Amino acid sequence: MSELKISPGVEMRDAEGELHHFRVRLGIASTFVLLMFGVLFARFFYLQIVMHDHYHTLAEANRISILPIVPNRGIIVDRNGVVLATNYSAYTLEITPSKVENLDGTIDELATLVEITARDRRRFKKVLEESKRFESLPIRTRLTDEEIAKFAANRYRFPGVDMRARLFREYPQGEFFSHVIGHIGRISQKDLDRLDANERSSNYRGTDYIGKTGLEHSYEDQLHGTTGVEQVEVDSGGRAVRSLSRTPPVSGSNLVLKIDAKLQEVVFKAFGERRGALVAIEPATGGVLAFVSKPGFDPNLFVDGIDPQNWNELNTSPDKPMVNRAMNGTYPPGSTFKPFMALAALFYGKRTPSQAISDPGYFNFGGHHFRDDKVGGHGSVDMYKSIVVSCDTYYYHLANELTIDLISNFMGQLGFGSRTGIDIAGESAGVLPSRDWKMRRFKQKWYAGETISIGIGQGYNSYTPLQLAAATATLANNGVMYRPHIVDYVEDAAKRDRTLVEPKPWRTLDVKREHIGVVRAAMVGVNKEGTGARAFAGAPYTHAGKTGTSQLYSLKGDKYVESRVTERLRDHALFIAYAPADKPTIALAVIVENGGFGARAAAPIARQVFDYWLLGKEPAKPAKEDDDAPSH
Amino acid sequence: MHPAIRRIGRFFAGHLDQPLLGGVLLLMLTGLMVLFSASNGSFVRLSGQTMNMMIALGVMWVFANIPPHYLMRLSVPVYVLGVLMLLGVAFFGEIVNGARRWLDLGVTRVQPSEMMKIAAPLMLAWYFDRYEATLRLKNYAVAAVLLIAPVILIARQPDLGTSILIFASGCYVIFLAGLSWRVIAGLAIAGAASLPVVWSVLHDYQRQRVLTLLDPAKDPLGAGYHTIQSTIAVGSGGLAGKGWMSGSQTHLDFIPERTTDFIFAVFSEEFGLIGNGIMLILFLLVIARGAAISAAAPTLFARLLGGAITLTFFTYAFVNMGMVSGILPVVGVPLPLISYGGTSLVTICLGFGILMSIHTHKKLVQT
Repeated sequence: MSELKISPGVEMRDAEGELHHFRVRLGIASTFVLLMFGVLFARFFYLQIVMHDHYHTLAEANRISILPIVPNRGIIVDRNGVVLATNYSAYTLEITPSKVENLDGTIDELATLVEITARDRRRFKKVLEESKRFESLPIRTRLTDEEIAKFAANRYRFPGVDMRARLFREYPQGEFFSHVIGHIGRISQKDLDRLDANERSSNYRGTDYIGKTGLEHSYEDQLHGTTGVEQVEVDSGGRAVRSLSRTPPVSGSNLVLKIDAKLQEVVFKAFGERRGALVAIEPATGGVLAFVSKPGFDPNLFVDGIDPQNWNELNTSPDKPMVNRAMNGTYPPGSTFKPFMALAALFYGKRTPSQAISDPGYFNFGGHHFRDDKVGGHGSVDMYKSIVVSCDTYYYHLANELTIDLISNFMGQLGFGSRTGIDIAGESAGVLPSRDWKMRRFKQKWYAGETISIGIGQGYNSYTPLQLAAATATLANNGVMYRPHIVDYVEDAAKRDRTLVEPKPWRTLDVKREHIGVVRAAMVGVNKEGTGARAFAGAPYTHAGKTGTSQLYSLKGDKYVESRVTERLRDHALFIAYAPADKPTIALAVIVENGGFGARAAAPIARQVFDYWLLGKEPAKPAKEDDDAPSH
Repeated sequence: MHPAIRRIGRFFAGHLDQPLLGGVLLLMLTGLMVLFSASNGSFVRLSGQTMNMMIALGVMWVFANIPPHYLMRLSVPVYVLGVLMLLGVAFFGEIVNGARRWLDLGVTRVQPSEMMKIAAPLMLAWYFDRYEATLRLKNYAVAAVLLIAPVILIARQPDLGTSILIFASGCYVIFLAGLSWRVIAGLAIAGAASLPVVWSVLHDYQRQRVLTLLDPAKDPLGAGYHTIQSTIAVGSGGLAGKGWMSGSQTHLDFIPERTTDFIFAVFSEEFGLIGNGIMLILFLLVIARGAAISAAAPTLFARLLGGAITLTFFTYAFVNMGMVSGILPVVGVPLPLISYGGTSLVTICLGFGILMSIHTHKKLVQT
């Protein structure tokens, strides 16, 4: 035993003594605990018994009330100062249910002074159910001057009923901006919990509304401002009679967008009744010029709390107007993927621009024929021609040689399959297929045969129109990438200080300028002599593009015959483009859901957008579908 | 009873300490009752908190079933991991509302300071247990360093409330381990002398809170508002209180954060001095049971850990009630087992699970 070899100077403590020692210490600590609880009890006794009368009076009379002063929410304007979201002041009639004994009787009596419709009553009931009994709740909004005067004269008859000037939010551009600006709505329990968690709920005292979607949501912190405080003396009915001190609120900052409201309207109308999305970006800055998801909805419906009927309509419509297709819709990019595939080929040295293949109309892989759209093939095809005529066989070959690893690596750098970081929350990432992704998603390894159709933008490929537009802008900007952003700058309402949202490029693509030049020249060719030529015939500016078709309907060896497929199963039409070709000021991606071929439905929309942006030409009616357009 | 049923019963209840569990449940039920009133009758909050409690009790059960010697083996890795994560927060942490407290692990965000509440006393108890036979002043100094490192990291986040609580829990271990009175007296004097230095490194908002305590009227809209209104709520409660769901301060929106840090103001207003007395007794019962378990524990590790957990629980309760009644500055410390919120509930119940484990695994160790 080690006990026998205790080195000098080390004392062993016996277990009993040690335990005793601990218990003494614990006893001292316990005495301390009792003492401290004694202090607490003494404090409670002092407050609740000795000083009770004093505090009772303070609580009961409550003559001094601290009222929050709600700050003005920042406004939102487009690049030219056109107002997209603003506030207007109006008087509301409000009831505090806890101060009113007979609620229905009071409302009946109020109805003799001001008009209160059945719908007002229903909405009040609904709000009442959702809120606390001690809140002041609106029974009528937007009182007329006459009603204000009438109620003011009879105010003494209605304890617990008050008239308040409140700010209301208004979206003058309506559905054109539904998916960009979003909307505000009543603060919900979930919002409250989130504010609590960030210790920001005190800044929302007195505020009933909060940004729910779009910019209203993602820029909530900047738009809201800082709540002011007023100390007031109140009478026995709880009404303020005298202000004692006042800390003014600080208005929220204004947002100035990169978007051009007129262009946004042109885009929206160009779609006509069709569903789809268009994102236009200024390549040199990454600023978003237009951001449309069709159909939209009227965001003004949500401001006062949406009524159940409209809510159901929006939610059950098969057109899904609430879905933001521009950043939450994900689609196979179809042939619009080919310019990027060509760039990958140049980057990895798998093709030279002049290297040509012979296209028999199909690509044979392990006995399976991957078909080209043109029966019999395109003959001898080099890189330029492969993009201009949209030759599938060229890209079947290329994809097979590049392998899925190089494809996903290169496309990942272009931003495909990851969020672009746009300043609207909730963007989808899409799917950039890779070995890893397939293992995670399906727990299966990647088969080489699956790479073939990836080359023509089909298969597992699935990207948002926003990603496609951002990649096109990168091409148009010679590889310098910006995060797409809707807001140009945030402007302090008082000091007019401007804070740019995205002042610097995000990163630069490691691709040679001459390689980008090859691809860009081919995209000019598309619009001059290829699949986009009909839509752009006679345009007085230079332009470049690429058509695409995203397959919904599995062909299973049959030739796709549009008339045989019902409308909802028709292919999506896509188009990417930029202009002017040498120094682009606008790059865009457009998708028309179930529009069929890209050249037919999507390219004419891009034409109208460019005509407006570069020539100021306003289209008279929606872009026409071109039934004679080339089928690819 | 059928033996199988008895076996199942022993599986679930075998390692639960009934007196401690009883006290915890009584406090939890009181908490739910107050919460319902504090949230103006919100079933959303009520069911949310019930869910939190279920999770916390589950954690308690799990830890009650882990024998103390396993915990002992985990002490060092858990402590090292905690300190590493705190360093991670300091360098890569997410800033929420001006404070860097969260660490994003990709899957989930964690608050390493919460983990340190258990890890710090665990580490110190392990350390003293290891050098039990040869404790000298040097060992206390090492223990102090082990404690101060995470405390400083947390205070710099800045999260003064949590760092003080962790500092207290470590001090309890050092005190219970038998630091000599002479050193304690020396440290107390040195501490008092260094107050001006502490004052100079505090953040502005922290100084503000201390100043506000001395004169709440100075800042009636900010931190002082909390103190003024909660003191009115407590004082106006009187002997028997205004009755459940009828506190005017509470329901007219005068008490800020009334479901979380200031929930005791709601309880005080509605149940008065009698209610406060009962609540103090409930807390005392839980503390007394914790102390009894610690005093009877077989190893130094278990004694120190149990004692520290018990005394930290007391500190939570004392600091919170002191803050609400206006004798301590406003620091973000919830009232244990009563305040709304899952994180602290889980940490507290985890501690009680360890206490139960110490008690129910005692015999196994001795044989």
